[in-house]
Amino acid sequence: MIISTRQLCKVYRVGVERIHALRGIDLQIEPNEFVAIMGSSGSGKSTLMNIIGCLDRPTSGQYLLDGRDTSRIGVRDLARVRNQQIGFVFQSFELLPRMTALKNVELPLIYASGGWRARRRKAEEALERVGLGDRMHHRPNQLSGGQKQRVAIARAILNNPAILLADEPTGNLDTATTNELMEVFEQLHDEGQTILVVTHETHVAVHCRRTITLTDGLISSDISTSSKGDVGNGVRTVGRAIEGALGTPTAPTHRLKDA
Amino acid sequence: MLNPLFYIQAIVLALSQIWANKLRSILTMLGIIFGVWAVTTVVAALSGVTTMVLKEFEALGGSKMFIFPDRPDDAPRNKYPWSVIRLKPDELIALATNCPSIVAITPETNLGATIQHGERKREAVRVTGIWPDWHDIQKRATLIGRPFARVDEENARQVCLVNQDAISELGLDTDPIGQHILVRSRRFLVVGVVENRRETIFDRNVTGTEILIPFSTAVKLQDPQFFFMIIAKLKSPEVAAEAKAEARFVLRQARKLGPDEPDTFELFAADEFIAGVKRVSMVLTVGGGCVVAVSLLVGGIGIMNIMLVSVSERTREIGLRKAVGATPAAVLMQFLLEAIMLCLVGGVIGIAFGEATALALSKFPGANLQEAAVPWWAIVMSFSFCAATGVIFGMFPAIKAARLDPIEALRHE
Ligand SMILES: Nc1ncnc2c1ncn2[C@@H]1O[C@H](COP(=O)(O)OP(=O)(O)OP(=O)(O)O)[C@@H](O)[C@H]1O
Ligand SMILES: [Mg+2]
Repeated sequence: MIISTRQLCKVYRVGVERIHALRGIDLQIEPNEFVAIMGSSGSGKSTLMNIIGCLDRPTSGQYLLDGRDTSRIGVRDLARVRNQQIGFVFQSFELLPRMTALKNVELPLIYASGGWRARRRKAEEALERVGLGDRMHHRPNQLSGGQKQRVAIARAILNNPAILLADEPTGNLDTATTNELMEVFEQLHDEGQTILVVTHETHVAVHCRRTITLTDGLISSDISTSSKGDVGNGVRTVGRAIEGALGTPTAPTHRLKDA
Repeated sequence: MLNPLFYIQAIVLALSQIWANKLRSILTMLGIIFGVWAVTTVVAALSGVTTMVLKEFEALGGSKMFIFPDRPDDAPRNKYPWSVIRLKPDELIALATNCPSIVAITPETNLGATIQHGERKREAVRVTGIWPDWHDIQKRATLIGRPFARVDEENARQVCLVNQDAISELGLDTDPIGQHILVRSRRFLVVGVVENRRETIFDRNVTGTEILIPFSTAVKLQDPQFFFMIIAKLKSPEVAAEAKAEARFVLRQARKLGPDEPDTFELFAADEFIAGVKRVSMVLTVGGGCVVAVSLLVGGIGIMNIMLVSVSERTREIGLRKAVGATPAAVLMQFLLEAIMLCLVGGVIGIAFGEATALALSKFPGANLQEAAVPWWAIVMSFSFCAATGVIFGMFPAIKAARLDPIEALRHE
């Protein structure tokens, strides 16, 4: 078990108002799972991802990462956990504009130990794994959206993290690029990577082997699909899952736009 | 402990940040640049003046002692009349014989006299009565003829030496030896020509006729209450204090001064002067240091301001760095190093300007600042002050950056 949460709650205070973003999440994720997290806007997906990624702490409940209770980890060690055990991919890439792809990928290594050479080699390897071996010295403004996101993935997998987290990684990309990017995730999954992807798009979710749907801070459905090849089935399954969760027969994407 | 590579990366990043925002960085550093520029220039000029003054003084009078009559401070005029405090020829002789630290001694008495040579007449010419030792003490070469000898003094002969300017002003021959001039209507035989006084920073007005006559001859030309001063040459500059003590003892004895009576004369040797110059220069340097401290303070506020801007502009970057594993300490260090680099680059520019100004000053004709140079300690000091400014004024923005919540930071627009 890489991730194990029990009754995870997160409450935000805005003035006197209390917003219950998560209301008790119980989630277990095994090594090499490929999980999609879906749900309408405001359902708490990002909140959950941030807690899993050790960027945030729950208000109550327990989160065990690789068997370790994260509430007992101090600020400095939490930074180390983010550095070593977690790879985060963001919707808006978050590349540093003045650095080349290679330098961007190297970034986590300056907060770890290791010499110049090992560092360079590791970063080059990571870029090759995402298929960007020929773009190492390009700056972010010389790369397409898909390429930027691949640089971000290379940065996330650099330290061989236990889990790769991606919060709407394809949110800023068109469908063709989205599919290309999902191929990268598939490949990393085949290589043994545990992956969690937050998405609104069913054609992203179909690449995953398990789809968790959040509604109002609670898991409303958790469906495993057999394999990647089973695309049609996947779409239908996921579609049904969302319908079930939202309690409406309309198309999930349409419903999400309204929200 | 942070990875050493982190520091290199942070410094490179800080420099590239400065380079990427050239104009903004320069404007920010202006306070620091001007502060450091001002202090290095002031220190360079001061050290130039000090070395110059001391060098000239040592060349001229490093091993000299001057003796003047002097009425004690606050003493009533009638208690110490001029006739009592003026130096007297027997005191001069007592000093010459009883002071082991003195190797040569001469009186100098100046009388303004009317000089005539043929039809040419000059009013109020500087005529100086001297002993033969004067030549050794003042080191002015005798260009033609001979210097004064003991017989001239002993017999109070009516002989004179003239300086170079006198030849043309009085219309003497180029070799005037054997010619006669009238000093206060008495005939004086010209026996030699001495070189003009050399221009120094103490004595700029060195042109004009000058006539030197034996002291004993000069005594006869003046009224009995005449004034003279004494110049003594010491064994070495190091014995200045001893020489003063000896001279003081001799003079107090000669004047029969009681133990609680003040000196009625003044002894002046180079050691005091040198100490005085050094003291003045130090006071000015410390004053300059205060000016710099103020300008660094102003510059520091500029640095703080721009670092706050930088932190808020790069909030997302900070969020990302934290997300990939930067500890608060690493973020703090990054922004602190950036502030320090900003200050140090300002310092380098300031020192470069200071060096350039010092070079220009040293080449500037007539400024007497040939020796102006930025001393190494001023450079070290400037750098340390700059670094300190960076630390002090960079700390608050850096702490702000280090405390940012990663999620909030990543959500920042
Ligand atoms: N910092 C915050 N302060 C207050 N409320 C917050 C904060 N962050 C999130 N929330 C609230 O928590 C709830 C869950 O937010 P979250 O960002 O997790 O949703 P999401 O599922 O990621 O939505 P989306 O699909 O739009 O990204 C929302 O109601 C949101 O308004
Ligand atoms: Mg979200």
